[in-house]
Amino acid sequence: MLKQELVPNVHLFKIDAPSVARKAQPGQFVVIRIDERGERIPLTVADWDREEGSITIVVMEVGTTTHRLAQLGTGDSIADFVGPLGLPTHIDKFGTVCCVAGGFAMAVIMPIARAMKEKGNGVISIMGARNKDLIFWEDELRRVSDGLIVTTDDGSYGRKGLVTEPLKELLESGTRIDRVIAIGPTVMMKYSSFTTQPFGVKTIVSLNPIMVDGTGMCGCCRVEVGGETKFACVDGPDFDGHQVDWDLLSARQRIYLDEEKQSFEQWQREQAAAP
Amino acid sequence: MAKLDLNRVPMPRQDPKARGKNFNEVALGYSPEQALAEANRCIQCKKRNCVEGCPVEVDIPDFIKALREGDMPEAVRILKSKNALPGVCGRVCPQETQCESVCSLNKMGAPIAIGRLERYVADWERRNKGGENPKPTPPPPTGKKVAVVGSGPAGLTAAADLARAGHSVTIFEALHVAGGVLMYGIPEFRLPKEIVRSEADFVTSLGVELKLDQVVGRIATIDELLADGYQAVFLGTGAGLPMFLNIPGENLNGVYSANEFLTRVNLMKAYLFPEYDTPVKLGRRVAVIGGGNVAMDSARCALRLGAEKVYILYRRSEAEMPARHEEVENAQEEGIDFRLLTNPKRFIGNEQNCLVSIECYQMELGEPDDSGRRRPIVKEGSEFTIDVDVAVVALGTTPNPLIAGTTKGLETKGRGTVVADEETGRTVKDKVWAGGDIVTGAATVISAMGAGKRAAADIDRYLTG
Repeated sequence: MLKQELVPNVHLFKIDAPSVARKAQPGQFVVIRIDERGERIPLTVADWDREEGSITIVVMEVGTTTHRLAQLGTGDSIADFVGPLGLPTHIDKFGTVCCVAGGFAMAVIMPIARAMKEKGNGVISIMGARNKDLIFWEDELRRVSDGLIVTTDDGSYGRKGLVTEPLKELLESGTRIDRVIAIGPTVMMKYSSFTTQPFGVKTIVSLNPIMVDGTGMCGCCRVEVGGETKFACVDGPDFDGHQVDWDLLSARQRIYLDEEKQSFEQWQREQAAAP
Repeated sequence: MAKLDLNRVPMPRQDPKARGKNFNEVALGYSPEQALAEANRCIQCKKRNCVEGCPVEVDIPDFIKALREGDMPEAVRILKSKNALPGVCGRVCPQETQCESVCSLNKMGAPIAIGRLERYVADWERRNKGGENPKPTPPPPTGKKVAVVGSGPAGLTAAADLARAGHSVTIFEALHVAGGVLMYGIPEFRLPKEIVRSEADFVTSLGVELKLDQVVGRIATIDELLADGYQAVFLGTGAGLPMFLNIPGENLNGVYSANEFLTRVNLMKAYLFPEYDTPVKLGRRVAVIGGGNVAMDSARCALRLGAEKVYILYRRSEAEMPARHEEVENAQEEGIDFRLLTNPKRFIGNEQNCLVSIECYQMELGEPDDSGRRRPIVKEGSEFTIDVDVAVVALGTTPNPLIAGTTKGLETKGRGTVVADEETGRTVKDKVWAGGDIVTGAATVISAMGAGKRAAADIDRYLTG
């Protein structure tokens, strides 16, 4: 693997995985496991190079697995890298597509924006982060967009505020938007969907429930969309944001909060004890 | 002729109290003396009903004869020439409905404990690192390439037989270890994972290439495998899609499919959390819904994870339970509380979306249904609630639709099973065979192995004919 810290606590990994790279499409994910004791976690692919045979993933340090991953460096390897999984994002000529990314999802929105652009759509991108230091791939996203709006929560860069504000203004301005793709933290996708709903603009979100196998075997990633139970790993991860039961998703993401804390504290103790 | 000995040697087992608190194997296996005593009871019938009763046609009287003559390497050779997974089969096959049910001594109620002897021979070999058996000489290579999709019982069996016929075999496995349901489904205390690993290693030692982390249908379609130089494809992807009750509250936190619960516990080793990273909710009070072996496994796992109370909720009566009698007995001994003629109406949660109780109906039995078992009927007005914080839904599984959905020209029927000839495993698609749970829906390890074996024979005929 090749590793690079993009912004504090957010790392890019370029993983040598030719067979996955040959097949990867925008919106798909991989499941990784660091070693024998590790858990399986899903990560959406940020990019791929079919010739070089590599997949790029971008990871934010949150819990035990992502912190352990962040300790690895160029030349290291991980036990398992499975993919590409899930259905690709539906790419078609829609007209004008607005790609909205919150936080480190600016990495995974990039190949979607690029594919939408290549398909002949007008692409307007909005990317938001807490502050200036957390912005990355701005130029990359600008290159595949006809317009790019950057927001920060604290106003340290671009517009001050949340991504939903320029999204709302855009819709109100009468600019024709045929489809919105919103990817980021659950709450950001939820409010992006709420923002677009009154305008009746189809809004696709990429859901991120807890998964185990990622192949449709366990049902851990159950979500409710339009009143029906779906498995995000095989029926998604993309769904119509106006149909998603957001409260259920948020609640199910919290199932293991206690265990995640316990696991992380144990990892921190191990780190402190290590020479 | 010597007098018939009808004293079947019992299997030594861990004490029920102690074993409810650990994940060590429950059945401890025969000692050499016990194995010999049991083997000596075999009357070596001329008409070998037991062999016919075995889906993979193990030469049962012959391996028993070798065992009692003290020639263990020969017993191993006989067993493994037909069955690549004897340590697995000796533990999880329902011998009571197969080889042992047709044993001549079964008429007197004391069939030879064939499964226990099979396990004894397999365990002897593992302890003695292959014994004195030289590696079987590899057959001349045929130059034909076969892809086997899935490394569960069907796939491993088909791969072993195809490799022994000289074909170049590659197994594509979606998970990070070989074994399929033997690894993610059946718990350590019933089938130690070390045994699965060692028997999968035996299959690769025959020259089979094992590719892990390969989700066929995504990383390559069946047609791409065929275009890539594989002359035949065997589908042994099992029945991996869990069924749910489709009642209110089923997506509450704390409601698991048995697949998820068992995968976390067995495959990901959540019982060793936080030493291993994958957690599982440790219920204080747990209800498992279903009456099959998977339900028994889930209940007994929950108990071992430290639950104070574990229920089995089953909508029919004990007579209709599909689980092996032995497993029901094990669960009862360990203190699992069987609530029969009980069916959930809805799951009830709190404000945090966490399960707190299950509202159930009392059921009664009506006329037999299509399965021949008496149909359970709701007793109106019989609702009552059971307080639980974890529920495991063990209603069965259906094939994962991924393969059928990405392969043109495969025929499927009810619940997504792939249509294949029972004798040959041929599907309606040229060059594609299938066997095991993907064809039958969830069934037994040994029936999947039998299907793998028959398909391998037919693939061999096709490739060499």
